[in-house]
Amino acid sequence: MDISIANLKVGEHGVIQEISLENIPLTLLEMGCLPGEDVELMQIAPLKDPLYIKVNGTHLAIRKETASKILISKK
Amino acid sequence: MSNNKAIKVALIGNPNTGKTSLFNQLTGLNQKVGNYPGITVDKKVGVSQLPKNLVASIIDLPGTYSINPTSLDENIVLKTLLNTSSEDFPDVIVVVADIENIKRNLLLFSQIKDLQIPTILALNMADQMDKKGISIDVGLLKKELKSEVVLISARKKQGIEELKMAIANYDRSNIDALANISERIDADYFKSIKHSFPDFPLYKSWLYITQIEDFANLSDKQKEEIRVYKKDKEKVKKYQHKETIFRYQQINNILKKTYKIDRSKGNDLRAKLDSVLTHKIWGYVIFALILMVIFQSIFDWASYPMDLIDEFFANLSMRVKDLLPAGKLTNLIVEGIIPGIGGIVIFIPQIAILFLFVAVLEETGYMSRVVFLMDKIMRRFGMSGKSVVPLISGTACAIPAIMAARNISGWKERLITILVVPFTTCSARLPVYAIIIALIIPEQRVLGIFGLQGLTLLALYLLGFISAILSGLLLQHVLKVKGESLFVIEMPDYKLPSLKNIFYTVVEKTKAFVFVAGKIILAISIILWFLASHGPQKFDDAENYLQNKTEESSIGSDAYNSQLAAYKLEQSYIGIMGKSIEPIIKPLGYDWKIGIALISSFAAREVFVGTLATIYSVGNDDENNTTIKQRMAAEINPETGKPLFNFPVGMSLLVFYAFSMQCISTLAIVKRETNTWKWPLLQLFGMGLLAYVAAFLTYTILS
Repeated sequence: MDISIANLKVGEHGVIQEISLENIPLTLLEMGCLPGEDVELMQIAPLKDPLYIKVNGTHLAIRKETASKILISKK
Repeated sequence: MSNNKAIKVALIGNPNTGKTSLFNQLTGLNQKVGNYPGITVDKKVGVSQLPKNLVASIIDLPGTYSINPTSLDENIVLKTLLNTSSEDFPDVIVVVADIENIKRNLLLFSQIKDLQIPTILALNMADQMDKKGISIDVGLLKKELKSEVVLISARKKQGIEELKMAIANYDRSNIDALANISERIDADYFKSIKHSFPDFPLYKSWLYITQIEDFANLSDKQKEEIRVYKKDKEKVKKYQHKETIFRYQQINNILKKTYKIDRSKGNDLRAKLDSVLTHKIWGYVIFALILMVIFQSIFDWASYPMDLIDEFFANLSMRVKDLLPAGKLTNLIVEGIIPGIGGIVIFIPQIAILFLFVAVLEETGYMSRVVFLMDKIMRRFGMSGKSVVPLISGTACAIPAIMAARNISGWKERLITILVVPFTTCSARLPVYAIIIALIIPEQRVLGIFGLQGLTLLALYLLGFISAILSGLLLQHVLKVKGESLFVIEMPDYKLPSLKNIFYTVVEKTKAFVFVAGKIILAISIILWFLASHGPQKFDDAENYLQNKTEESSIGSDAYNSQLAAYKLEQSYIGIMGKSIEPIIKPLGYDWKIGIALISSFAAREVFVGTLATIYSVGNDDENNTTIKQRMAAEINPETGKPLFNFPVGMSLLVFYAFSMQCISTLAIVKRETNTWKWPLLQLFGMGLLAYVAAFLTYTILS
């Protein structure tokens, strides 16, 4: 089943799958969001958006819209 | 390289790596802030003494995560490094990296290294290695990165001398590229690029192709070739992704051999602080409290130095007037230039205090949490979480606030932020509000604790903030501007702020205000002085005219002098302007005298008060020490025979000042930041119309 970072619950981990080139800004890759990397959802902002994630040793905040385009497999 | 020629060094690094601390360590107070041509990004350059009698000229480039820019600031890095003929083109680059986030930092290093300019890696925060359980094989890392690597701690001044030595020896650097992008992605494709640009490092040509901008320093033939490559957008994008993935693979392999971190030693302070500071209730409560402290201090702390500055410039004017021989030039200095400079300096305390807070909040890492908390809310109003800093800064002055909008990456979000910031109640509106409130709102208490005057001021602040937010909502739907909004922010670790960095930031921001706004305020003050002190025939005859009308004995008295000044102002060019706009402003309840004050406000809004003080200096024969407030209260409307500054007129003025865009400096900075007159003109007329209609309604309903 295809799930994305947006489907994770706080504290859950996933592994990033193939990244679709069209939807994902290059910046995200450059910040370390790469296929095969572990990603943890640290926190969700009070209004359910943005999301606070930890990936490849970096802590990032991204909007839900972007997060929903990063497909993962659950651990 | 001769000894007297400075080595040009560029400092590059991710945000939050201590790059600025290192810059301050290397240069001390030997730094100055300039501008890059065309835009107002601060260019910080400093001089550093190196071993072997060498001198380095160090440029601190804006922080960036990648050489591929996502904002105006980051664009500078790319432009500087691609243009070999630029005066800022470095002989050697120092990439500053945070030892704890070394992987992500090495991505930038790997990109820079491929430009084949001598590059040194400075691993900062080396003093934290033991605490964080990090160990590094520096010798092997040097070999793998084909570069000089220096461990430093900018805050503890460790490793600075070694870094200086490495800079001095830059000409021995290995300038081979690190990542062989062509082999791993598409050898034929990159071979043909190399063929088109035989003189460029391959990666440099690739950057020309991947970046959207046209770079001016290329020949027409080169530009044409780049256009051909650019055409296949899909391919370019795909290869950019591949390139990044490849770079990370290479970095991972290098780090596996050279870098170890014991994760068990990590502390959980971040998690604990995050759970409170971004909590769904406490997060907002804490942010609100911090805002209250900031506003309170802008009001309270700043009022002492502001009063002193006010007094100082008033005294200075009087002293200089006594000192210099009477004449036009003296008048220009005493009535034009000195008050003009005073009008700039008076804002410094509030701006400095505000940026002190902003710098502390940013240095500690808290501001990223605010961006995280506020993004969803701000997005409803067409802005981004990053718009919070500009909106807060706007309460001191719109100019640094609009400049702070620069790191918002989405163009539409940035533009809306720039457009609505002037609604927030800036410090120049305060003196205007203060005097009018004092006139029309009684000094009463509501419910025993809240002063009615204070509440009115609070209401005006809210009015400014609400109109900013609502205009954002409107603009979001009305503006047809393209531009993806990109929101990827790093949540840095919390850390104690460095006093030195904060000090430098405050000085830098204040300087930016003084030099950008200062020039304009001064120029307009001088123009206004000219308009107020010159006029047609009647103006020149003013003295004769009044002497004939007045009794011999009172000529030369203070009362006579103030009467003369007021009469002259009426006959001056600005008086004529005031009278000519009177029909337009009459529906708002204003007379031509207020009209003069409205026109003068374009220098800076607070000039309103001073102008009225001059105009109303007439008719106070008995007392010399009457305040402006008393003079204004005594002013009678000739048509009604009642006080001119009654409740409806006062309220109408308050509303007018809350909405109108009366600040030439702000218009100028918006022009510079948006590169067109379209947006500042929209602000001028849009806000002007709103102010007019709102003031008209206020006056009509209340009277």
